[in-house]
Amino acid sequence: MQALYAQLLVGLINGSFYALLSLGLAVIFGMLNIINFAHGALYMMGAFVAYFLLNIGGINYWWALLLAPIIVGIFGMILERTMLQWLTGLDHLYGLLLTFGIALIVQGVFQNYFGSSGLPYAIPDQLRGGMNLGFMFLPVYRGWVVVFSLIVCLATWFLIEKTQLGAYLRAATENPTLVRAFGINVPRMITLTYGLGVGLAALAGVLSAPINQVRPLMGADLIIVVFAVVVIGGMGSIMGSIITGFALGVIEGLTKYFYPEASNTVVFVLMVLVLLVKPTGLTGRAA
Amino acid sequence: MTTLTDNTLPVTPRAMRDEMIVFVVMALLLAAVPFTGVYPFFVMQALCFALLACAFNLLVGYGGLLSFGHAMFLGTAGYCSAHALKVWALPPELGILVGIAAAFVLSIVTGYISIRRQGIYFSMITLALSQLLYFIYLQAPFTHGEDGIQGIPQGHLFGIFDLSKPTVLYYVVLVGFLAGFLLIFRIINSPFGEVLKAIRENEPRAISLGYRTDQYKFLAFVLSGTLAGFAGALKVFVAQNASLTDVHWSMSGEVVLMTLVGGLGTIFGPVVGAFVIIAMQQYLAGFGQWVTVIQGSIFVICVLTFRRGVIGEIAHYFRRSL
Repeated sequence: MQALYAQLLVGLINGSFYALLSLGLAVIFGMLNIINFAHGALYMMGAFVAYFLLNIGGINYWWALLLAPIIVGIFGMILERTMLQWLTGLDHLYGLLLTFGIALIVQGVFQNYFGSSGLPYAIPDQLRGGMNLGFMFLPVYRGWVVVFSLIVCLATWFLIEKTQLGAYLRAATENPTLVRAFGINVPRMITLTYGLGVGLAALAGVLSAPINQVRPLMGADLIIVVFAVVVIGGMGSIMGSIITGFALGVIEGLTKYFYPEASNTVVFVLMVLVLLVKPTGLTGRAA
Repeated sequence: MTTLTDNTLPVTPRAMRDEMIVFVVMALLLAAVPFTGVYPFFVMQALCFALLACAFNLLVGYGGLLSFGHAMFLGTAGYCSAHALKVWALPPELGILVGIAAAFVLSIVTGYISIRRQGIYFSMITLALSQLLYFIYLQAPFTHGEDGIQGIPQGHLFGIFDLSKPTVLYYVVLVGFLAGFLLIFRIINSPFGEVLKAIRENEPRAISLGYRTDQYKFLAFVLSGTLAGFAGALKVFVAQNASLTDVHWSMSGEVVLMTLVGGLGTIFGPVVGAFVIIAMQQYLAGFGQWVTVIQGSIFVICVLTFRRGVIGEIAHYFRRSL
């Protein structure tokens, strides 16, 4: 049973990353109509920024949790201003191709300087050790990742669904021209939205640094799984992305326990099943 | 709505004549390669990728469906051909057929699944499906995991042509490429190809005219996947191995890049793009991961400033169909 709980925990952690990343993809897609292929590379950048902050600047994990998303978010906003904004009005597929190119550049540069091996990132002192819950041993850091991710996801949901700013955002998604006529600076909102989505990816990167090590290709395979998550959940609803992300992480964890050979493929197999039964995805509208 | 390509002009007798002239020139140039001292292995490799890119272009350039998983057909056909040649000791012609048949079956299954969604979702689904196959091949015993299938016997095609001789192999690959290219050329200029273009331009209108667009897209997907499989089977004879790199997502990305550089929706673009990208990899092999950075930069530059691609720009300038 211990092993089952341990795999469930791993599943929840992976689910946190799926949720944070697919949430960012959904937010970006809503505003920019772009599937951000660079999301995995920016997640990796988040982890590397945390690593640099610690090893060069001596800045600890807690500050990195705040600073890395801001730094990577600014990088993202520069990308949006200099490149992505020129794709307005073109076929959606060009956005996919452009961000794929950006991902190749970012990952290639990091691979040049850091190879393919992982760099260690120490767990902060306050989160070391573990707790005995009676039925299982819970490493504190892992529990922290799940809880904190959940809080960030819900905060993002609240920001978009329940605040004034979120209302503008949703309105601009539906009809940007009309929202501009009300005197709201939609292009600036688009830039900030991209920054927000990218910041969420970077945050996931910082959270994963102590668990998965910091590697140039850590986001490359992850982003493909997240795409499958997005296909399953659909990008129509914020809450849908969060729930699907966590649920698929848990299912993957269970697979690791009951049939480890399929743990790499289970998300993709589920995607196929969902497409066969309900082609629009679980929460999505027809697209 | 702005469509993915604006390269194609209507099929007119003049356009067909231009295209045939360019085709003959291309065939003659390629046939002359063994006499020029150019490294034949390089050209053979480029021809396999050119056929792959042409097959990919049939789907994206004419059907408007951007597959981000075309490596799965290349890799599957490669593994099956290699297995048939090495383990079952089949002659080359049957080995190629096994590879094509495998890609045909795979494209029916994956096409049935992925055609259910459009646009951006279609790309993500094909990418996910190819990643699913990647993990299956990583674990399946017959692919030998990280090692791949090595030292594949080339044998005698139809019992006559000795494929271990570079010149003979070169002409066999060339004939295979030209046959595949002509088939794609024929498909594009057929009534079926015209309907595909109509679907790409405006699917709701095509539906309202009574076309069952899903069936057309499915058929285009199967044709494209099967032809990509043919390229994969040919590549086995050139490289003499089948490995995981051929199924990896970065290979799918390279195919997209080749077609984008040459010109989406142009007939000769993918061929030019394949030669450019393969030559670049050849000459920059010593630069390690900078090749990835350069490829990424080409993606960015092409999308931002050069969406017609090399052949598309030329065709646009001369107002010809190429």
